[in-house]
Amino acid sequence: MSAQTPAPEKLARFNVSAARRRRDRIARGTILAATVLALIPLLLIIYYLLDKGLSSWSPSFFTTDPTGNTFFKNSSIGGIKSAIFGTIEMVALASVISVPIGVGVAVWLVEYGRSSWFAQLVRFFIDVLTGVPSIVFGLFIYIVLIVGTGSSFAGYKGALALSLLMLPVVTRSAEVILLLVPGALRESALALGAPRWRVIFSIVLPTALPGMVTGVLLAVARAAGETAPLLFTAAAANATSFNLGGFMNSLPVQIYSDVTSPTTAVVNRAWGAALTLVVMILLLNLIARLIARRSRLA
Amino acid sequence: MTSDGSSLPTAEMEPDDLLEPGPARSPSPRPTKPQPASPASSAAGAKPGLSVRLEKLRAFYGASEQVKGIDLEFRANEVTAIIGPSGCGKSTMIRCINRMHEEIPGAHAEGSVLLDDLDVYDSSVDVVAVRRAIGMVFQKPNPFPTMSIFDNVASGLRLSSRGRGDLHKKVETALRDAGLWEEVSGRLGEPGAGLSGGQQQRLCIARSLAVNPEVILMDEPCSALDPIATLKIEELIAELKQRVTIVIVTHNMQQAARVADRTAFMLSGQLVEVGPTQEIFTTPTDPRTEEYVTGKFG
Repeated sequence: MSAQTPAPEKLARFNVSAARRRRDRIARGTILAATVLALIPLLLIIYYLLDKGLSSWSPSFFTTDPTGNTFFKNSSIGGIKSAIFGTIEMVALASVISVPIGVGVAVWLVEYGRSSWFAQLVRFFIDVLTGVPSIVFGLFIYIVLIVGTGSSFAGYKGALALSLLMLPVVTRSAEVILLLVPGALRESALALGAPRWRVIFSIVLPTALPGMVTGVLLAVARAAGETAPLLFTAAAANATSFNLGGFMNSLPVQIYSDVTSPTTAVVNRAWGAALTLVVMILLLNLIARLIARRSRLA
Repeated sequence: MTSDGSSLPTAEMEPDDLLEPGPARSPSPRPTKPQPASPASSAAGAKPGLSVRLEKLRAFYGASEQVKGIDLEFRANEVTAIIGPSGCGKSTMIRCINRMHEEIPGAHAEGSVLLDDLDVYDSSVDVVAVRRAIGMVFQKPNPFPTMSIFDNVASGLRLSSRGRGDLHKKVETALRDAGLWEEVSGRLGEPGAGLSGGQQQRLCIARSLAVNPEVILMDEPCSALDPIATLKIEELIAELKQRVTIVIVTHNMQQAARVADRTAFMLSGQLVEVGPTQEIFTTPTDPRTEEYVTGKFG
């Protein structure tokens, strides 16, 4: 219909000009190109991980320790059980340490410190800590807890280094989320005659919970993937250990030591371990999303 | 009266009706009230409202003085409306009554607010107890988003550690008093945020009623609501004043005329005039009041 009836002369000014169409296409094209460009390395990483990692996955890969003989062909080199358990144990301990402290600092900053000079100072140091390379945290624990005390590597020392790494990430993300909780909710709770601590625990934190879970998971994912802080704090052990006071293996350290091996089978184990690490973090994210969704509805 | 005043059903009522106490008011809204509400409110309403007297009240944001020395009495079991142009300090003034003003960083108040004979700014007074006695309803309905309808109403009791006893009975009473029981009794477990705007505001009123305050402050409670929801809130106010003292800030002068026993006119942080609503709107003594209520400025 509209094609048959040409637009009257006076409506011409409402037509989109050719130049604007062109600019629109160029702008859209640029943004799309940037998106595709960013996706290429991501897809390649996932492709390589699946391609090289899946072939080394087998039931025994997850149930045996990397204690096998690597010098003779056809002998089993062992799996990554100790690395999986080590990573879970150390990241769990690191989270237990850093999440309450980080959330506590964030609550103080948002609810009490606000824009006081001390709060600004704390924020500044958190930002500095976020930018500190992870190896520096490892070095710090190494000097203080290993050289300083003259003792040896231990799982809990690795966990401490990871918790230092997680702390600024947890704090900053929790602060951002807490700031998003509408002030009107705090006000109406205070106006009901609720003491401030009840307002924080019963209104502010539950409202912020889904967002904070996401922030905590980002920190957990980052800690789980770190090699540097563990290299000279927890070291590498071959056997599975549930003693956080002793040497402890971890997935990143296992990958680090395997990938430099001249033996192909060992390098393949590194790929398998890398895929395992990525899948573990993915699963954690999925679980947390489910929890967050459920808690919002309740 | 101001302008046409024809937008709402009750706006037609004559000024003479406005000063009559609740039951003797015009016959329009009252017979439509659900009957169970009355016994419930009279049972809980054995305790009458308290008077509030401001003496030389001044309120500051940092160094800027927004309320400049106000002396004003809100009589027990009366509805007092505060009118005045935007930014004249109405909201700031009522936020001083339950000491919510000081929650804003850098804000403080001087002078005294006498609840009956108690100065709520006395150093020995617990601010939490003040807020339990003086409830507040805000401009935008703000039910707690993580809570169900039931939990929202119960929140005031729980947050102030008075959640023991027959919580269900108290919640039902509060919802009946707020005129919301019939609409939500079948779905108390659903999220409070799922109600309509008008229902949410009545939920917020129920929430403040549940803690049995003697005074309720309303800061433009209907400005985000449509005329029907506004009418319901106004009917509610007329009923509630039998058990509480009500102070309502409003931009809507017809609303002040409909609900208030007395009206105070504020300008630039100062009280210009206070008196029976009918006098303020028909025979004000101050020329500025007359200009404002006749729509010449503001």
